Amino acid sequence: MMATLRRLGVMLGAAAFAWLLADSLFALPAPVIDLRPLVSENLARSGVTHPVTAVLLNFRGFDTLLEIAVMLVALLGVLATLSADRTPAVDHDSADAMLPMFSRVAAPLMLLCALYLLWAGAFRPGGAFQAGALLAAALALLHLARLIPAWSSPLPLLRSGLVAGFLVFLAIATALLTEGTMLQYPPAYAGLLILAIESALTVSLALILAGLFLFISSDGGAQK
Amino acid sequence: MLFAVTGVVLFAFGAAGTILLAEPLRRVLAFNIMGSGACVVLVSLAQRNGIADPVPQAMVLTGIVVAVAATGVALALARRLHRLAGDGESSAGADHD
Repeated sequence: MMATLRRLGVMLGAAAFAWLLADSLFALPAPVIDLRPLVSENLARSGVTHPVTAVLLNFRGFDTLLEIAVMLVALLGVLATLSADRTPAVDHDSADAMLPMFSRVAAPLMLLCALYLLWAGAFRPGGAFQAGALLAAALALLHLARLIPAWSSPLPLLRSGLVAGFLVFLAIATALLTEGTMLQYPPAYAGLLILAIESALTVSLALILAGLFLFISSDGGAQK
Repeated sequence: MLFAVTGVVLFAFGAAGTILLAEPLRRVLAFNIMGSGACVVLVSLAQRNGIADPVPQAMVLTGIVVAVAATGVALALARRLHRLAGDGESSAGADHD
């Protein structure tokens, strides 16, 4: 009885909250600050032609730099919570023949799509994050099809891949301090620098996102 | 404004779920739905004038990635909790009423 009342109360509260929020959204005044003209005026100097990429990697590059740092910290947090005595569950007896076969076909296509997305980010929707997510999905798919094992602990090569995006971004940001401001690209090299950062970000994001899955997956040995 | 209202409803669903559900995995999922609602509201407010503003879109993209990272940590913690709380049982204090 108590639980039902509590449930009813929370649901009513959520409904009232949603009503108030929706109501206030409709009453919202027109925005005072309009950033669109600012973005489109400076787009030519940003090195890319897609406004979202320009904002992410150039105008607000600092956010993206901190974002990849957050991803890295999150992965370290995941690694810290794993139990020390984990044994990756290795079982090669895949009951299903379709899944490995499909994964073998899909993974190269996903890699191709990821490369295209990375390249397309400069002038149309796409970019490092989408490409990284796709690559991570490919790795997770291969793992679910039992084609690659779960990661137990990061070896040197994987470690350098995980931090590459952050370090490359940080190195470029620091090098640009000589220009006056952090992350102020000289317009002549902006496109090249953004492509370099995005490539490194793609590799690191793919490995970090896949790591969130594959490291946690390695911790399932003693379960069941 | 249809998107904004959808976002608000998603947010309310997620908030209610976060409060009501006792199981960690479901709670994390509900929290994710809440976050998605917030993102939908932000993106829809960014295109109120008919033309999309790229700045909030980029911010939401950043937010999505950070949310994924936070979810990963939350799941790892939930898994650890599950392991420490007891083996065999599906979860401590599952919501079955």
